[in-house]
Formats: sequence, C-alpha cells, structure tokens
Amino acid sequence: MSISSDPRTGVKPAAVRASNWGWRHSGRDQPAIKGLDLHIEPGEKVLLLGPSGAGKSTLLHALAGVLGAEDDADETGSLTLDGVNANGLRGRAGLMQQDPESQVILSRVGDDVAFGAENLAVDPTEIWCRVRTSLRAVGLDVPLNHPTQQLSGGQKQRLALAGILAMQPGLILLDEPTANLDPAGVLEVRDAVSRVVEDTGATLVVVEHRVEAWIDVVDRVVVLEPGGGVAADGPPSVVFPQARERLIAAGVWVPGHLPEVTPRKNGGSGVPLLEAANLAVSRERARRRYTPDAAASNINLTVRQGRAVSVTGPNGAGKSTFALTLAGLLPALSGHVRATAEFARGLGADPAQWKARDLITRIGTVFQEPEHQFVTGRVRDELAFGPRHAGLSEDAVTSRVDELLQRLRLESLAEANPYTLSGGEKRRLSVATVLATRPEVLVLDEPTFGQDANTWAELASLLRNLLDNGTAVVSVTHDEPFTRILGGERLEPERTGS
Amino acid sequence: MRGELFNPDNTAVLTRANPLAKLIAVVLVTFTLAASIDWVSATVALTLELLLLPLVGMSVSALARRGWPLALAIVLGGWSTAIIAEDAGSVLLNLGYVDVTEGSLAAAVAITARSFAVALPGIMLMASTDPTDLADSLAQQAKLPHRFVLGSLAAMRLIGLMMEEWRTLGMARRARGVGSMGSPLARFRANLSQAFGLLVQSIRRASRLAVTMEARGFGGDDRTWARRATFAGMDAVVILGGVLVAGTAMAAAMYLGTWNLVWS
Repeated sequence: MSISSDPRTGVKPAAVRASNWGWRHSGRDQPAIKGLDLHIEPGEKVLLLGPSGAGKSTLLHALAGVLGAEDDADETGSLTLDGVNANGLRGRAGLMQQDPESQVILSRVGDDVAFGAENLAVDPTEIWCRVRTSLRAVGLDVPLNHPTQQLSGGQKQRLALAGILAMQPGLILLDEPTANLDPAGVLEVRDAVSRVVEDTGATLVVVEHRVEAWIDVVDRVVVLEPGGGVAADGPPSVVFPQARERLIAAGVWVPGHLPEVTPRKNGGSGVPLLEAANLAVSRERARRRYTPDAAASNINLTVRQGRAVSVTGPNGAGKSTFALTLAGLLPALSGHVRATAEFARGLGADPAQWKARDLITRIGTVFQEPEHQFVTGRVRDELAFGPRHAGLSEDAVTSRVDELLQRLRLESLAEANPYTLSGGEKRRLSVATVLATRPEVLVLDEPTFGQDANTWAELASLLRNLLDNGTAVVSVTHDEPFTRILGGERLEPERTGS
Repeated sequence: MRGELFNPDNTAVLTRANPLAKLIAVVLVTFTLAASIDWVSATVALTLELLLLPLVGMSVSALARRGWPLALAIVLGGWSTAIIAEDAGSVLLNLGYVDVTEGSLAAAVAITARSFAVALPGIMLMASTDPTDLADSLAQQAKLPHRFVLGSLAAMRLIGLMMEEWRTLGMARRARGVGSMGSPLARFRANLSQAFGLLVQSIRRASRLAVTMEARGFGGDDRTWARRATFAGMDAVVILGGVLVAGTAMAAAMYLGTWNLVWS
C-alpha cells in the first residue's frame, strides 16, 4: 500500500511496527515492557489499554522518540516508524501528556504553537501559516500574543495539540490527555482530537482509563498484558464484550459498568459540626488597603455528622479555594466559617485560627496531588506522623498505623518511600495519612482525578464506611458517579465577577 | 502573573526597542559606574536614569512598590559602609565602639547612590522587555547557543508556578499537622522540609516539560526562528543613550576631580 501525504495538510500518516520489542529503564531490574509484537497501519486510530505497569507510557515515549537520552537503558527487538528506528526520530510523532501545566512551553500562544515547527527548521513564513491553521483546527480562538498562563486546563491541552499539529506529524500520541480535566474540558479536547485526526488522516494512539469519551474516536482497541504482550486486539465492538472481565479486573473504566461499592448502612445523625455563613473566599489574603477579588462568594453550608456534601461546578469557580477555607487552611475573605461548640471542643470557633496539631484531629484535608502532603521518607512514618503530632502515645500510634496499613492494603509497602508508589497507591496513602488522626470532618479535593476504576471503588467504599461511622465528608469533585454514590447535599459555589 | 517585572500591556517607547540594544546600553552604564567609587558619577547617572524612567513606562512610585526590598538592601549596605569605612574628618555619630565620621559618611553616600545607579538600568531593561524577545535576540543576534537560551526561557515560566506550589505545599502540610508555629529552629526545619517538597515537585514538572520539548523536536542543531530579531534605527539611539549617560557621569566626575578608578 502506498501512502502519500495529504496535499492539504502536508501530513503523511505513519506506520508503527513493534517486533519482539522491549525496554528496560536505566536503574531498574525489570523491563517496563517486553516481547511486544504490534503493527499499526497508517491512519489507524488506536486506543491502548492495560493495567498500570503494562508499559503503556513507555511505549508512547518510545514512539515519540524521547526515550533515547537514557544511559544504561536496555532495548530489545525493534520498534520502527515507517521502517525507521523510532528512537531519536524527531518530528515524525507528536506526544501529549497528562499534566496541562507541563505541556505549555512558551508564554505566548502563537510562539508556543510555533515552537515545534521552528525546531524542525520549517521556513518562518510557512510556520505562521501552520500556526493559524493549527489553532483553527483545535478551535482555540485567541490572539497569537495571548498569554498561555491565562488558558484553562482544556485550552492548554488543545494548545499542545495545536503545537503538535504544526509539526505535521504522521503519528499523534496521547498519554491520558484528559485525566486532569473537568467534564467540559474532556469533551473539548476529545472533539478537537477527533476533528484533527479526521482532517489530517494521521495515525492516532491514545492511552486513557476513561474509555467512554474515546470509544467513538478510535477504530481499534489494543489491550496490553502486564509486562508485555497483547491480551486483546480488535475493533471496540469486539474487544469490549470479549475482554470485558479482564479489563474490569485491570481497573479500566469499561462503558456501562460501574464498579461495585459497599452500600451505606445508615443515614447519619446530621448533628451540625461546621458552618459557612455568607462566606467569600480567595487564595490571596486581604491586607490593609487591599481586598483581593473573591474566587467565590455568598456560600452558605452546614456540614453534618455522617452526611456528605459534594462541591461541584466548572473549573475556576473557586471550589478548591472554598474547600481550603472550610478546612481551616485559608482565612475567610468575608463572612464566617464557624465550628459548633461541640466540634471545637474548647477551641475558638474559627478553624483557621487553630493550631495545626488541633486542626488535624478535627478536620482532615486530602489534596488533589498526594505528593504535596508527603512529609517523611517512609510509608509507615507517613502514617505515624499525624497521630504523633497530635500527642498520642507510641503504643497508640503503632496500633493505628498497623490498622490503617491493613485497611488500605498498604502492608507490603510499609517500608517503601511514598514518592516511589504508583498513582493509586499514593492516593490510598494520602487518604490514610489524614484518617490516622481520626478527624470528624474530611475534606477531599478531586480525590478521583486520574484514578483507575479499582482505586475509585475502594475509595468510594471507604468513604461510605466513614460516613456510616459518623464522619462528615466534603468533596470537591467533577465526578458525577462519585457524587451519586456518596449522596447527600450538592453545592455549586457562585462564581464572582464574571 | 504577579512577581514578574514585565507587563505585557506596557506600551512605553522602550518596549519596542531591540532587547540586545537595551542590554548593550545597560552594560555600558553599569560597567562605567563599576569603574569608579565617587559620589559625582553615581549621582549624575542616577539622576539621568530617573529622568529616563518614563521611557520604560515606569513611575517612581511603581518602582518603589516593586523595588523596595532591593532598595532596603542597598540602604543597609550604605549604613554598614558608614560604620566600617575608614574614618576621616569630624565624628558625626558615636555609637560606642564605632564612629560615623564625615569621611565614612561620604563613602556611604557614594556606595548607596552607586548601588542604586547600577541596579536601576537592569530593572529598566526587565520592565521594558518581554523575556521571549530577549531570548530571541540573545540566540539570533548575540549567537548564544539556542538550546541554552530556550531552555532557560522555558524554565523561567516555571518560577511563577513554583510560587503557587509553595503556597499549596504550605497548606497541604498544615493539613498534615506541620505548624507554622514553634521555635525558630522548628520553623526553620519545617521550611527546609517544605523546600525539599518544592524541589521534588519542581524536578518532576521540569522533567515532564523536558519530555514535552524533546517531543516537539527540541535539541537538534538546525532550527529556524518564527520571530526574526532585527535592529532598527531606534536601537542606535538606545545604544547612544547608554553612551551618553555613561559619558556624562564620567565627564562630570573627571571635571570635579572625584573620578577614581577602583583598580588604581
């Protein structure tokens, strides 16, 4: 079959050939992936699935030609793009990663899109032509000198796609491109990708846990086995029924399947613990002669024992800022956060004034990024840290740590460094560390972002269990099924100013 | 973004000048001032610089607002000079074991004015220059290695994110029970471990950014530039301006006989 480049877009779709291919990262004993045999024809649109640790990201990085710089790494077999070794090949493939912040390179939109084309030594007049076409193709309608910092997460990902497009690559690689986005952002990016591959005919490989959004974009699904090899391969209509059980076991979000979660046993006592009255919040602190703009205002809420609250709404609506303020980590801009006398147990009413060691036994906050909360170099110490600071005896600390290790299936990792855990393990640990001081109010910021279905189900079951035992759970979330599972009240803060 | 000197909405005259021309002017002025320690050349240069401030779209009050930490450091530097410089003339202030004399005070004034006069051109350059344009000029016209220049430029964007991250880390750690209270030593140790957390996050983000850049073909030998950095007539005027400020300061000091080369 002879493939020529599209005369309109200049793109020549690429063919991928992996023959018994494997890769061991430097400093690791085991290869990340081995014995892979995979052929992808030019113009195919492939969804790549598999349990974590199956080497999906390694394959994508290799295809993007960015694995080559590692010393002491080991490659076996061969991996080619159009018959040429993929390692070190520049510009034939474009890669988009998960974290929108690290997809932006320069501070002006036009410059950022031009960056890849410049590196490929494209003629400058041609570059600006490509920049405009690419921005139009991804539907990003902002001036060329627009600051990239002002773009939303979904816009940043579309900007990255435009930058890839301007290189006119034959292969587009997406590594969990929508895992960090709100539902509107997911659709925004999905539609842009779908349009772009349709227009250019480029070959597409997507890795994504949340399958549903991508199922209509791809025409082939490949399921990798842990450690290497292909477990299932074919069109979505064949693979999903066929490999359903295997995919569910691997934590993939199979369409039409919601993971099983322990049911709730009671409705909670509903005793008030915390109150937000006429609250306005901001990350910036008010100073003399300077009042920052509120991220959200007019918030009224009562947090009650054994009841859940889900804070929902689009990104940038001040949801996280509200959660941090409620949790006593930011002072209120105006209005109040007040703890009831029963909850404060002798402290003042404003949680923002409490000492850290008093706070953690009352309100626990789980941040979106687990690594932000790691303070020690060992999982066991991480769990002991809170109770020790709260003044518990060493025996009590040990018994709590052991209980949590078991409850959150972290026993085998007790001696490991928190930073070396997998994404799901880090999430479980970050929740466990906060539970260690038994707070009566638990505040969680996007706890299910980027998590596979298994971790999701574990987390949801755990929270239902805590609710049954009287903990109040406040979560900031875009995750509709998660909100439904937790039940309780829903709060959508008003955006101020716009 | 807060914390950055350059505001993209700045439309002052010198924002349109070539960054390399501005850099040359800055180098001319600062190197001349570094050559001598005397109050005349420093004061003349400082006065001329303040007069030129509107050309970069900055008011004295804006300068004071943004530059006060630097100003404080300079004044403290001047104060220590007043105390420790060689005593000469009558004693103006006696603090027991140290004296401030006419001679040491003159030295202090000279140092303070000079520090301001040396710092100001750099601030004026940054306030009127988009870092991207500066990088373009440095790589295309000054022929600095483009990998180094563009790498630094991309890294600079991360500084703003790091400040954000530092605040988030502070809150995340309070939520773990790490207090901002306690003895100075305890606070220092808490800050140290927070700095370590920031370091880890920065390295992670930087390595992801490096992958992004490499995947966009960065690192090859040949590269084109979508933005062409060029000199225009205005840039000759900018360099000439630098020569004039430096020359006037030097000439005034020589005329009044205060010019003394630091290395003679």
